[in-house]
Amino acid sequence: MYVAVKGGERAIENAHAWLAEERRGDTTVEELSIAQIREQLSLAVNRVMAEGSLYDPDLAALAIKQARGDLIEAIFLIRAYRTTLPRFGASEPVDTGNMACDRRISATFKDLPGGQVLGPTFDYTHRLLDFKLAADGEAPKAPTRDTEPGNVPHVTEFLNREGLIEEAPHDDTPPPDLTREPLEMPAERALRLQALTRADEGFTLGLAYSTQRGYGRNHTFVGELRIGSVPVEMEIPELGFAVEIGEVTLTECETVNQFTGSKTEPPQFTRGYGLVFGQTERKAISMALVDRALRWEELGEDNVGAPAQDAEFVLYHADNIQATGFLEHIKLPHYVDFQSELELVRKLRREAAAQQVQEAAE
Amino acid sequence: MTPLLSVQGISKHYGPHIGCADVSFDLYPGEVMGIVGESGSGKSTLLNCMAGHLAPDAGQVVFDTRPPSSSEAVGQYTDGPRDTIAMSEPERRMLGRTDWAFVHQHARDGLRMGVSAGGNVGERLMAVGARHYGDIRDKATDWLDRVEIDASRVDDRPTTFSGGMQQRLQIARNLVTGPRLVFMDEPTGGLDVSVQARLLDLLRGLVRDMGLSAIIVTHDLAVVRLLADRLMVMKDGRVVEAGLTDQVLDDPQHAYSQLLVSSVLQV
Amino acid sequence: MTDYNFAYLDEQTKRMIRRAILKGLAIPGYQVPFASREMPMPYGWGTGGVQVSAAVLTPEDTFKVIDQGADDTTNAVSIRTFFQRTAGVATTTSTSDATVIQTRHRIPEEPLTEGQILVYQVPIPEPLRFLEPRESETRKMHSLEEYGLMHVKLYEDIARHGHIATSYAYPVKVEGRYVMDPSPIPKFDNPKLGDMAAIQLFGAGREQRIYALPPYTQVISLDFEDHPFEASKADHPCGMCGATKSYLDEVIIDDAGGRMFVCSDTDFCDARQAAGHKGKDAA
Repeated sequence: MYVAVKGGERAIENAHAWLAEERRGDTTVEELSIAQIREQLSLAVNRVMAEGSLYDPDLAALAIKQARGDLIEAIFLIRAYRTTLPRFGASEPVDTGNMACDRRISATFKDLPGGQVLGPTFDYTHRLLDFKLAADGEAPKAPTRDTEPGNVPHVTEFLNREGLIEEAPHDDTPPPDLTREPLEMPAERALRLQALTRADEGFTLGLAYSTQRGYGRNHTFVGELRIGSVPVEMEIPELGFAVEIGEVTLTECETVNQFTGSKTEPPQFTRGYGLVFGQTERKAISMALVDRALRWEELGEDNVGAPAQDAEFVLYHADNIQATGFLEHIKLPHYVDFQSELELVRKLRREAAAQQVQEAAE
Repeated sequence: MTPLLSVQGISKHYGPHIGCADVSFDLYPGEVMGIVGESGSGKSTLLNCMAGHLAPDAGQVVFDTRPPSSSEAVGQYTDGPRDTIAMSEPERRMLGRTDWAFVHQHARDGLRMGVSAGGNVGERLMAVGARHYGDIRDKATDWLDRVEIDASRVDDRPTTFSGGMQQRLQIARNLVTGPRLVFMDEPTGGLDVSVQARLLDLLRGLVRDMGLSAIIVTHDLAVVRLLADRLMVMKDGRVVEAGLTDQVLDDPQHAYSQLLVSSVLQV
Repeated sequence: MTDYNFAYLDEQTKRMIRRAILKGLAIPGYQVPFASREMPMPYGWGTGGVQVSAAVLTPEDTFKVIDQGADDTTNAVSIRTFFQRTAGVATTTSTSDATVIQTRHRIPEEPLTEGQILVYQVPIPEPLRFLEPRESETRKMHSLEEYGLMHVKLYEDIARHGHIATSYAYPVKVEGRYVMDPSPIPKFDNPKLGDMAAIQLFGAGREQRIYALPPYTQVISLDFEDHPFEASKADHPCGMCGATKSYLDEVIIDDAGGRMFVCSDTDFCDARQAAGHKGKDAA
């Protein structure tokens, strides 16, 4: 006899209990600490902060631990937490010209004030698995040297002086807040950049790559990539002036792109811009390429139909929390709708069969 | 008599480059106006400005509107001559569904390629409230017949049609709601010569039977000879000569018109 | 969860959502954009419905959650538990005892009354979405009442299949003005939408839209005069309670593919069985 399936609540409780066990894994193995994740998996922590839109390395590390290393799941935890936090106000725009650069490179000039500083980069490593890391070893120590803190001006300033690169328009209007207002098209550049900095790294990378392979190409040079800490200042109403409330590490990428000229402007270099929390290079560069691709209309260029040029396509599908939520929702029961489809298909097939019989009889 | 369309001082610039400059003319019911010129003459810019696809920098396009049927009343839509440039977008789009039609050079731009021929023709009817499937289908089939497409193709997609058939389908799709003014952009472009001839014949018959007014942009003088009552010759964004078709083609006054006419191969 | 506000959302957010709801009720069927918040459950799993419920619930309410018509499906359980923890409201499986009902993909069989609110979970609020992917274009089509494309789709269905081939999320016209997606309810449920005594609210979290039907609103399923809308269902009675007019789930009961049909609305079926009705498959 058929007994209706019951017990969903208990099933969920048991599933969660098993999940917790799996998260901990083999109990004879030492438990991961938040500090370990924060220190030794810092690039994962950076990604979670960037796409979670919340700068807090400890929280991000906790989220990674709870999410068993699934970074999108960790980003989800951070986003949900962020929603509940009270807002005190907005900081002043950060001055990346004031950055204490750990890393600063330019592909457009061999040498320049501030120098080419490699920083802690994977770039020139040989990708050979280092089996020594499988055992605990001595903590590595890099050589140090005293230096004078020098001026590290933006590369685009030099191009700007000659009028060779488009002026970055000075605009003090506060940009809309994606986490407080629904996304509506057409989206201004500030809103697009906001969406891109918290967009899925893989999606952004793929789109950026597509622009390099002919889907909306525009000759990109990395004018500058800089990574380091910047102070964050906020105006305190009671004081009447701004004070430094902390520091964040940022990755900033400015690209220089050729402009093929339009009906109204003489040839000039144009800009692409990427800015991301933490040392998150791949994302910052990808962001700059996609930013530039999306600017085709304001620069009077042609829409060649490349996916990276389609603002609606890019912005509506870049958020991995929305994406994974909707993707994974198809696991939920859909049997009611399936039932109605079944009935329709059966009916159409019955009618088609009846018609065949009729035609055969004639 | 009130002109059906009165174009006054239409100008459009692209930076320092002139798209079209200070074009004016009147079109009366039942008249067909041809606009000829070579590539870059500004004729397509002018057409798009008149049809509401491009915003001109200056000028008016005054259309003699008639009151809408009761089911389609939109805002402060009134009858009589109205400047369509100054109209609100809802009104302009309504005009585009009822009294106006636009035949694109490439049928693909004027058709839904993923929808059957019947659906393509029926869409404008459904957009103005037709709700009887059988009637819509009958009317669509009727129109397919009028544009010489076999009725058996009513459920086929335009992707399976030849270029000439696609163009004829586009015409049917546009004319099914009985517009009074049709804009055509190089309607025979890209078609084989014999196909062109057939299409022109069809257009001539429809224009006559339905009392249509039309503005046809083309670089092909044979098209205007056959279809247009009057003609404007454009060069570098300006109208250099205008008049009755036969007069302009048989006795061109302006040097450029003479060049155009003499360049046509006599076979 | 004692640190959270009643029903999780802060009062400012609730105010924002309520404004959107009021706008939706004032313009039946019109999709009101709203700033959907990140919730503790994933987008696509009912965050829109949850935000709407959180905005309308009061401590005196009795809350029911169903998914596919059943109270005991996993996501319904999860959402009900969420509100038990964050709002402490009374919950129930009885349709007639509930004051607020959150539902996914079904309208309860038991007619609703004035004073009840039905909250629908909506995945894709835009009825034209699969005909026109661009939001900028569909927004224009709604504001200009350009729905020709919708009827073209229905025409194509009839030309190809002889019938309109939409069986759920069947588009409707509201008060003769807006075309609306009623969420993926089976078309069998469409007639219940019109002239309902309760307030109906629709929440799409990921797509950031809220829309609404105030009580006693005219809702008409799109069709042609010569191909009228049919609210069809499987041609069987319920195997458990014998009901002939309720929407049925098809359940496969053995390896040979044997099947039986049971009311999708579990509360409705249980109540009928308790009142003594028996179907042919009941014990």
